[in-house]
Amino acid sequence: MPDALLKVESINVWRGASQVLNDVSLSVGQGEIVALLGGNGAGKTSTLSTISGLLRPKSGSITFAGESGPVSLTSLRPENIVKLGIAHCPEGRQVFGGLSVMENLRMGAYLRHDDQIGADVEHYFELFPILRERADLKAGQLSGGEQMMLALTRALMSRPRLLMLDEPSLGLAPQVIDQIFDRIEEIRAQGTTVFLVEQNAAMALEVADRAYVIENGKITISGNASELAEDPSVREAYLGIETTQATGAEIPPMETSS
Amino acid sequence: MTGGTGMMDRLRHNPAALGIGLLLIGAALIAGAEAWLTPFERTVIGFAGINIILAVSLSFSNGLTGLFSLGHPAFMMLGGYTAAILTFPAMRKSTMLPGLPEFIATSELSLLPATLAGGVVAAVAALIAGFPVLRLRGHYLAVATLGLIVIVQVLINNMDSITRGAIGLAGLPRLSNLWWIYGWVAVTLFVTWQLKHASLGRALMSIRENELASASIGVRRARLKLFAFVLGAFFAGVAGALWAHLVTNLTPNSFGIVTAFMIVVMVVLGGSGSLIGAALAAIALSVISEAARPIERAIDAYGLVQIVTATLLIAVLLFRPQGLFGSGEPVTRRMTTPGKPPSKTSHEHRGGFPNETS
Repeated sequence: MPDALLKVESINVWRGASQVLNDVSLSVGQGEIVALLGGNGAGKTSTLSTISGLLRPKSGSITFAGESGPVSLTSLRPENIVKLGIAHCPEGRQVFGGLSVMENLRMGAYLRHDDQIGADVEHYFELFPILRERADLKAGQLSGGEQMMLALTRALMSRPRLLMLDEPSLGLAPQVIDQIFDRIEEIRAQGTTVFLVEQNAAMALEVADRAYVIENGKITISGNASELAEDPSVREAYLGIETTQATGAEIPPMETSS
Repeated sequence: MTGGTGMMDRLRHNPAALGIGLLLIGAALIAGAEAWLTPFERTVIGFAGINIILAVSLSFSNGLTGLFSLGHPAFMMLGGYTAAILTFPAMRKSTMLPGLPEFIATSELSLLPATLAGGVVAAVAALIAGFPVLRLRGHYLAVATLGLIVIVQVLINNMDSITRGAIGLAGLPRLSNLWWIYGWVAVTLFVTWQLKHASLGRALMSIRENELASASIGVRRARLKLFAFVLGAFFAGVAGALWAHLVTNLTPNSFGIVTAFMIVVMVVLGGSGSLIGAALAAIALSVISEAARPIERAIDAYGLVQIVTATLLIAVLLFRPQGLFGSGEPVTRRMTTPGKPPSKTSHEHRGGFPNETS
């Protein structure tokens, strides 16, 4: 693994009276795509929210390799975490429906005060031509896939070093999901580290270098994405593939009727 | 025709020239009104101006952030009383308002500093009240801000050594004229317009649109909401001060829940967040309420104004819930889109997404 950009060590997080994260540790290396897999309520979103400062851990530490040395994130406010170079693209797209596509993108650069914002918008218009087409439309009028593209681009407008994506495939058609994941690989190729939270394990394991599986607030499995894709328990639980090992019986080949 | 639209285009690209032009036209209208209209007509126009300040500032603080505050009358009251005490003739202060500290009791300010002081007192009150109150949302916030009105009324009623309690302050100098009122209208519109179209305005709208996403891009929501609330309160305080010096008397019941209702109707009619919309609705409702007065008297049906306004509100909510202009403006500075192709081609041919099935 390359040098860690983000290091989460034994965090315990509570929402009210219930513990949502139990001794979670993980790390994301510089330039990697790391996936966090798990079902509903496993603690995926809570992990992201804790990293981005929207939730506070009761114990444990989160360290980010900032430009001038390691920074502890656990006591920082969300806006300062964004400033450090961590962008959080929240679950369910969450575009500003009443604002235009252009305004959404400008909002992504809200904390930036440089003169490159216009150039960055132009850059992403090249990457996602559909956004240029839709620039003056209200974001709420876009289709689900277009909104996902917009949410992704809005997160990138803060020029993050670490992009955290919360279920980018949620509610999208398979064809659109393919396109989104192509873009995620492109984003990494351009130097942004990606931390990806997904239920769609098949897709996530295809693009990720490494992955963690979280269940009931605990990390249960971790390893290289290719290994995880072969892991029988992962295959059964998250890829929907029944394995011979797991069932202990040989599955006869399906009869294919024409 | 073409000359006209050409000029409009040029003006649109030169907001400074447009602003100066509007100011000159406004000044000419006010000069004309001051010279030729009757005092009654001037008062009506003055009320319209005060309503514009109230509606525009509430449209800014409520409409852009999605807060639903009904607290404007509380801030009007604070601004009105502060200004009225400051301009009150020093000779009468000692007998009528014995509780005033020495430096206020002996001084007698002119309208502008008194109005500014009124705005500042209202803003400070909003700052203090805002910390706890803005943690609430929706109906809870609305009810809590109604509570502010009650608190301010009770305070004024009971601090009678400096406010004369329920008797109220009568015989205030009539210092408000159309110049002062419309000067403040221009300031209100200018400030809110500039802020709305700056990054701050977008940040405020992002809070209204989606709090989670707003937080995720680093918007300091609590701080910005408080700022919008305080700015709205400042202008409400100014409006209260102008009102007091137009009507020349002020009691704890001058502004109350009915006032809050009227301002909210203006904002809803104009479109929540639309500044021009709020201003137009304020003018329309001011005219309607004055025009209805003789009719009320003639047919002996007092309360007609409220019935008409309420009906109008219901109709708007049913048929055009976004109001006249939504949260936009009839004239906007378009954000430039670099290299946007002039023709609208079908997006499927440009690498767009097919529509999802879900």
